[in-house]
Amino acid sequence: MHPTFSILLFTTLAGTGYGLLFVLCVGLLLGLLPTDPRLGLIAMGATLVMITAGLLCSLGHLRRPERAWRAFSQWRSSWLSREGVAAVLTFIPAGLLTVFWVAAGAAPWPLGLLAAIGAVVTVLCTGMIYQSLAPIPRWHHPLTTPVYLCLSLATGLVLAALLTGSWLTPSLPWPHVAALLALPVAWLVKWQWWQRTDAGMPTATIGSATGLGKLGRVSLLESPHTGSNYLLNEMGYRVGRKHAAKLRRIAVVLGAAVPWLLLAVALFTPSPAFAVFLTLLAALAAVAGTLVERWLFFAEAKHMMTLYYGEQTV
Amino acid sequence: MTMLPAATPPKRLGLVIDLDTCVGCQACVVACKEWNTGGYGAPLADQRAYGADPIGSWLNRVHGFEAGEGANGRTVHFPKSCLHCDNAACVTVCPTGASYKRADDGIVLVDEDKCIGCGLCAWACPYGARELDPLAGVMKKCTLCVDRIYAEDLPEGEREPACVRTCPTHARHFGDLADPNSPVSRLVADRGGFDLMAEMGYRPTNKYLPPRPGRSGCGAAPVALEDASPKGGFLGWLDKVLS
Amino acid sequence: MEGPSKIRAKGNVAADEVKTTTCYMCACRCGIRVHLEGGELRFIDGNPDHPVNRGVVCAKGAAGIMQQHSPAKLRKPLLRTGPRGSGQFREIEWDEALSIATGWLSNIRYDDPKKLAFFTGRDQSQALTGFWAKEFGTPNFAAHGGFCSVNMATAGMYTYGGAFWEFGEVDFPRTRYFLMFGVAEDHDSNPIKIGLAQLKERGAKFVSVNPVRTGYSAIADEWLPITPGTDGLFVMALIHELLRAGKVDIPYLQRFTNAGWLVVDAPGEGTDGLFARDEDGRALCMDLRTRSLQPAEAAEVDPMLAGRVELPDGRFARPAFQLLAERYADPAYSPDQVALRCGIDATTIRRIALELAQAAFDQPVVVETPWTDVWGRRHERFVGRPVAMHAMRGISAHANGFQTCRAIHLLQALLGAIDTPGSHRFETPYPKSIPPGPKPAGKPEHIVPGRPLPGMPLGYPLGPEDLLVDAEGEPVRIDKAFSWEAPLSAHGLMHLVIGNARRGDPYRIDTLFMYMANMAWNSAMNTAETIGWLTELDPATGDYVIPRIIYADAFHSETVAYADLVLPDTTYLERHDCISLLDRPIGSADAIQDSIRQPVIPLDRDVRPFQDVLIELGWRLGLSAFTDEAGQARYSSYADYIVRHERTPGIGPLAGWRGADGTATGKGAPNPHQLERYIENGCFFQEEIPESTRFMKHANRDYQTFAVGKGMMPSVGPLTIQLYSEILQKFRLAAQGHGPIQPPERHRQRVATYFDPVPFWYAPFDAAHDRDAFPLHAVTQRPMSMYHAWHSQNVWLRQILGENRLYIATALADRNGLRDDDWVRLESRHGAIEVQVKVMEGVNEHTVWTWNAIGKRAGTWGLAHDAGEATRGFLLNHLIDDLLPDRGEGMRYANADPVTGQAAWYDLTVRIEKIARHDERSQPAFAPLQPPPGQAPSPPHVAYGGRFGAWKAER
Ligand SMILES: Nc1nc2c(c(=O)[nH]1)N[C@H]1C(S)=C(S)[C@@H](COP(=O)(O)OP(=O)(O)OC[C@H]3O[C@@H](n4cnc5c(=O)[nH]c(N)nc54)[C@H](O)[C@@H]3O)O[C@H]1N2
Ligand SMILES: Nc1nc2c(c(=O)[nH]1)N[C@H]1C(S)=C(S)[C@@H](COP(=O)(O)OP(=O)(O)OC[C@H]3O[C@@H](n4cnc5c(=O)[nH]c(N)nc54)[C@H](O)[C@@H]3O)O[C@H]1N2
Ligand code: SF4
Ligand code: SF4
Ligand code: SF4
Ligand code: SF4
Ligand code: SF4
Ligand SMILES: [Mo]
Repeated sequence: MHPTFSILLFTTLAGTGYGLLFVLCVGLLLGLLPTDPRLGLIAMGATLVMITAGLLCSLGHLRRPERAWRAFSQWRSSWLSREGVAAVLTFIPAGLLTVFWVAAGAAPWPLGLLAAIGAVVTVLCTGMIYQSLAPIPRWHHPLTTPVYLCLSLATGLVLAALLTGSWLTPSLPWPHVAALLALPVAWLVKWQWWQRTDAGMPTATIGSATGLGKLGRVSLLESPHTGSNYLLNEMGYRVGRKHAAKLRRIAVVLGAAVPWLLLAVALFTPSPAFAVFLTLLAALAAVAGTLVERWLFFAEAKHMMTLYYGEQTV
Repeated sequence: MTMLPAATPPKRLGLVIDLDTCVGCQACVVACKEWNTGGYGAPLADQRAYGADPIGSWLNRVHGFEAGEGANGRTVHFPKSCLHCDNAACVTVCPTGASYKRADDGIVLVDEDKCIGCGLCAWACPYGARELDPLAGVMKKCTLCVDRIYAEDLPEGEREPACVRTCPTHARHFGDLADPNSPVSRLVADRGGFDLMAEMGYRPTNKYLPPRPGRSGCGAAPVALEDASPKGGFLGWLDKVLS
Repeated sequence: MEGPSKIRAKGNVAADEVKTTTCYMCACRCGIRVHLEGGELRFIDGNPDHPVNRGVVCAKGAAGIMQQHSPAKLRKPLLRTGPRGSGQFREIEWDEALSIATGWLSNIRYDDPKKLAFFTGRDQSQALTGFWAKEFGTPNFAAHGGFCSVNMATAGMYTYGGAFWEFGEVDFPRTRYFLMFGVAEDHDSNPIKIGLAQLKERGAKFVSVNPVRTGYSAIADEWLPITPGTDGLFVMALIHELLRAGKVDIPYLQRFTNAGWLVVDAPGEGTDGLFARDEDGRALCMDLRTRSLQPAEAAEVDPMLAGRVELPDGRFARPAFQLLAERYADPAYSPDQVALRCGIDATTIRRIALELAQAAFDQPVVVETPWTDVWGRRHERFVGRPVAMHAMRGISAHANGFQTCRAIHLLQALLGAIDTPGSHRFETPYPKSIPPGPKPAGKPEHIVPGRPLPGMPLGYPLGPEDLLVDAEGEPVRIDKAFSWEAPLSAHGLMHLVIGNARRGDPYRIDTLFMYMANMAWNSAMNTAETIGWLTELDPATGDYVIPRIIYADAFHSETVAYADLVLPDTTYLERHDCISLLDRPIGSADAIQDSIRQPVIPLDRDVRPFQDVLIELGWRLGLSAFTDEAGQARYSSYADYIVRHERTPGIGPLAGWRGADGTATGKGAPNPHQLERYIENGCFFQEEIPESTRFMKHANRDYQTFAVGKGMMPSVGPLTIQLYSEILQKFRLAAQGHGPIQPPERHRQRVATYFDPVPFWYAPFDAAHDRDAFPLHAVTQRPMSMYHAWHSQNVWLRQILGENRLYIATALADRNGLRDDDWVRLESRHGAIEVQVKVMEGVNEHTVWTWNAIGKRAGTWGLAHDAGEATRGFLLNHLIDDLLPDRGEGMRYANADPVTGQAAWYDLTVRIEKIARHDERSQPAFAPLQPPPGQAPSPPHVAYGGRFGAWKAER
């Protein structure tokens, strides 16, 4: 599948944003966060900016964005529609929460609860959009949605650590600790996804797709056209195995190892300023790592349609 | 509404494609483009029309495959357009309701005025039967020539898909696959018509007729003509027949 | 280009106007319906009533809309301003253009008419163009046949008065066994496809003999991957088997072929190998019933087929059949011997022979219709041998194609499978006499300044005396047609004109006038050099070696840039045309058919139908045929000519609705309302011929009487299939030193060898040359969705096939470590190209091939310079020499068949070598040509049809 930048950015930013929203809400609900208006302004501000930016990116993928509103109509059948609905609905509690927090230094628990649920549901929908696509075997796997949820939570925690950290001292900076736990777990799930989807291949061959397999080895003699077409541009993307393996390592290092170490060090640095700085680096690395992971998520996924264009297996 | 019809439609209109007679002439491909570019929805655009790597939207394409080794193998031309699946995920994934499957005849269509060009339906189609128009930015797919098959102002005999009408080798047949007695259904029964990627569970309406086995006599015991007259040779034999 | 689109009312899709005409996206000439909305092309589909295509159109036909909207359409007459090939022109008015042409041409006409070489391509007005050349007085006229399939046409005409090439058809509804040689598409493309579907439906067996397995061959029940150029061996091995087993149709051979004719056996004498004839010149046979010599074509004879008889004058003679039988009984033609060479194993050859015999003799097809033969004997039914054969350029594009094609016809005749139910059938107006008259005009004494030729420039020689040679036996024609180098070149030799004119061999010309032939590109052998010749200067005069070039094209092709004067033609949708029985007819076995084109959309440019232009030129030149008594133009237009011209009294271009009242067919006075009748009838005419006339036309009195009445045949009488060709023997005798007209010394050996009256096989010259250095055969195929150069300017078709690859066999790829899209250098004895490969299973392992004419020269056809056609597309033509190497004859013959001069495109042999091409460009690449003045830039994108209004489905 062709990695479209607007989609990579969308899933990464929004994913992280919803993760952060979830963490903040849980923090508030458990009373682990002060309801200091300034923290509200910074934390919720950052969250809303990320989510909104992400959603705007996703519009960039539409060829007819002016009709985007129509996408809310088919929540009964379409995960994409559900994602849209969930995303928009989540804005209501999240927005109100921000207002109360910033204006009144208060965080009414129903708003927190609803916003948290909204965040989870939205990311779940995102995951399901991909997981539900049978023609793309690598995506059509029970772990796909968990991966989205885990990575969103992990990156959310790292950001939470960054934004809230300085407010929490001297008491225990729990987001740091949580992030230190979540990062390995999330990437472990991702690693599993890689292992299992690799093992799952191939699920279809050019022979099975054409029904000509029984005649012997099947190969494409003539593509329907010497020019290109939408399908090939959109789904005919190929990435070399070596290349992919290298990128996987980069993703893990950037997304998991680097932030983990930085956070660990940050945890024990006496200077709060330096700790914040390290956490900032960790957040950047985590987000970058996720971007690489998302790029691979597309680049490595093969679409069954390519079997009709000469791909031997999918 | 992108929910699929509750019940399988009373009629299942679709195509039966004969892989045994298709010579890959591309007539159906162009006839399809020619009819539909001036008909249903936005025109089927062509980008970089006279430049390098031209790219346009087409609703029907013919692939060419080889199966088997050397002289015993086959070259098979393989036309492919939307198969109007019963279990059409391309419809259910559509967030806007632009994609839909008709309850009465099972035709899968796109309401281009609703389409936001997200492309998800194309992702959901394992057969590669949907193409986003490069200019209009809306999803394009085989309409089963819905504008021809019911057209009141066309003569009865011409109310069939453009591709079917023009196929010189009669490799394309149009009809109702829900009716077991329809000519297309009988064709499928007689010739062992099959579903593409049945294992995907999309339950396509279109069926493919497999290439008939070659009759090359390869492998069969060597056969040859008898000598006319072992001794006299041919001319000797000739004398006999003529005298 | 689009207006605001309206929404159509439910159920309303029909366009507001439908006009019929005849497609011309290729030469199949299908009937089409052009659907117009507000005068704009909405849709083109097949005319369901039309006999040729019965409602279907191919990809090209359906893409006619985009041809009409091609950005490469010429717009106005052009006069060259820069050097040739620079593409610098200025637009001029038609009057200026026509006066310039008239000036040039009238000088020639009154000086030396043959200094005009007028050559046309695959137009369908050769009846007019040939007539024009005759009236002008130049013998130097031909259409494209010489590089196309003249081998096929001539072999047929000299053997049985018909031909595979356009003049015959397979009896698809009845045949049980169909053997197809070397056909990828053919002119009859839609009819063949419709027919193949019928075979499949009926379970008849279809065998395709072809080095490549694509298209038709892909759906064959059996594919025989023959090695190019060896079909003759395969066919003769089949004959060997049939004869060995006595599986031949003896009665058919005795009655309808010259198998029983007595051939004089007098080695060394001038009559050797000629038929024994009586004082009235009638060929004799030994009648087995009366045991006496009788006229072989007499009613009640039972000719002896084997033996030796003494003639009254003491000479001895043997039946032609004995000579045939002896030749093919030779072990050299046994399956085991030929298998090695032709790549089809012996067991397969034996089995095919068996299957042919079984299909022919075990299950005859009977049509219960009484008929009377030319001897007046009534037959209760037509009994058929349901074995059909068809062949095209896979046979004809080789230097041995004439003899190979004769061998195929021999095979048909042995099985009794010519014009019987279920076999190969004559299409009206064929058969004609064997060969058809008249003879070519253009002997030295025929060419008189200011006078017309006594006859048409093209024809069928009956012997050396009919050749167009001077006293020394040297060619009269610029293309050397009908000379000792190509005696039976019935279609002329267009592929040699430019080279000969440049070499001044046999002489220099003044003006080259070409129409609809892309001679500076895909129809030239040796393209690069041909381009050089067109621009070569004569140091003596400082002028071009070919001083003047006039060219009529409709589009900006590669050749336009090399013309001094360009006469822009219309498209096929903008003009009248006629598909005439006098030209390349569309008749079928069961009906007389012809058709017309009518303008279906108005002109939007300053172009004119070439036929109109030619007719006006004829008048401006004062040619009497185009000028009336008052000195005024005899015809106001081509349409007027179509209706009023009479070739011989009562016979004109169109056969339908003749006579003042429009009731006559074939023969009849001109009918002023003829075209209206055609248009009312869908632009075609069809008259079914009576049941009793449909088979055995070569000996069917019912048919022949009918045909004579319609002006399709001179007289009634047996047209005896010439298995043994006395005409060939006459040339051979001349070469052996007999008779008044003999070839110059240097040609004798060659003529004596290849004018064998009994079909034989020889290795095609170019292919046989230096095999070790060039071990691979290289051929092209017609893509079904492209017509030569025409369609790269077609937005839709060029997406399907916009660049080509060299297809090679898996085994070959493995040997050379080649994979898909690798670059290779392909080298012939003549040149080299650098292209990309595609590996495939279904190709003879000693053969490489590609699609024909996909490669384009940058800057032409309205395409961007970086279009795939120019950067990755390529032609094999660069590798093909127009001449053979000097093979010790002290001269270089054309790379052609020695009998007909047919261009031997497929004798090309090459070697292949893997290379790296980092610029990803095929070679050779030529300097881009610039578009003609006034050509608008091509649109970046096309979205055709928006203006017709979207149709909305309600759920
Ligand atoms: N390598 C290789 N070369 C081959 C062949 C092959 O098989 N292999 N085939 C050979 C054969 S059989 C043939 S017949 C030749 C064909 O070769 P050509 O006869 O040259 O065929 P085209 O490429 O169609 O070029 C004909 C010209 O007609 C022009 N044209 C199209 N429509 C019209 C019209 O309506 N009016 C006018 N005035 N002009 C028009 C086109 O623009 C084009 O320039 O190619 C030969 N060359
Ligand atoms: N779509 C389309 N139709 C066309 C044309 C076109 O350009 N496009 N061109 C028209 C013209 S001008 C012509 S002349 C006709 C030509 O009609 P065809 O003769 O069908 O044209 P080719 O493609 O030359 O076909 C030659 C076939 O012979 C095979 N072949 C080559 N060498 C040998 C051999 O030695 N033995 C055997 N048995 N086979 C061999 C090749 O693989 C190829 O399949 O088509 C006409 N129709
Ligand atoms: S028109 Fe018929 S034969 Fe030609 S490609 Fe289409 S299906 Fe095949
Ligand atoms: S073929 Fe593809 S587009 Fe057509 S209905 Fe089935 S899934 Fe949908
Ligand atoms: S592209 Fe259009 S039709 Fe397809 S899913 Fe998106 S909105 Fe629906
Ligand atoms: S049915 Fe109509 S839309 Fe579908 S492929 Fe055929 S011509 Fe195209
Ligand atoms: S075969 Fe195709 S291009 Fe040729 S005349 Fe028929 S429809 Fe036109
Ligand atoms: Mo040709």
